[in-house]
Amino acid sequence: MIRLTDQPFDPGAELTRFCQGRNRTGAVASFVGLARGDDGEAAVLELEAYPGFTQGEVGKMAAAAAARFDLHEVTIIHRIGAIGVGDAIVLVLTAAAHRREAFDACDFLMDYLKSRAPLWKKEHGPEGSRWVEPTARDMADVQRWE
Amino acid sequence: MAHVLLFGRLADVAGWRERAFDPAPATLFALKSLIADGDAGLAAALDAPGVRAAVDRTLISGDAALTDGAEVAFLPPMSGG
Repeated sequence: MIRLTDQPFDPGAELTRFCQGRNRTGAVASFVGLARGDDGEAAVLELEAYPGFTQGEVGKMAAAAAARFDLHEVTIIHRIGAIGVGDAIVLVLTAAAHRREAFDACDFLMDYLKSRAPLWKKEHGPEGSRWVEPTARDMADVQRWE
Repeated sequence: MAHVLLFGRLADVAGWRERAFDPAPATLFALKSLIADGDAGLAAALDAPGVRAAVDRTLISGDAALTDGAEVAFLPPMSGG
């Protein structure tokens, strides 16, 4: 399930729901990304998506992860619009038979989301606004999987 | 007509995020020249490393033919998560 939302969501409730009713699944891994404050530097984050495109591209990443790591299910929830410090920006949930596949798929998906998902992030702080772009570390991280 | 969408920093540099170009140029590169014409800042921003283009919501590498009514999006380096 891929969901882009401009509303806050509850990662705990999503994880509980994701774990319910499973039989073959032995491992669920989760990652929650939070909007970081950096001592008040970024007061608000704003995430822009390309409606009708972003969801499909993230869906392709999820399908690639499902095939590569033999997943039973993937959920990705990503906030768009204005996001306050401390709010969850992204949730990735992966279900597999065993833990290694679940962990690796979660790691893989976050590396792809960081530098390949069609989302653009702007930080609004006391000293103005700036667009955030993938760092050298983000680019090196995603290359681990290629 | 080509319907052009700019995202992220590109919209800030251009001062617009949607614009129609009529008639549609024959190719993506021709459209890019037309968009950048007379706006050196936007021309540089469109040529910056990592800027991608999508035609009718498909990512394009290099040039592509444009048909009438095409939706062309210019996408600066992406960063979710």
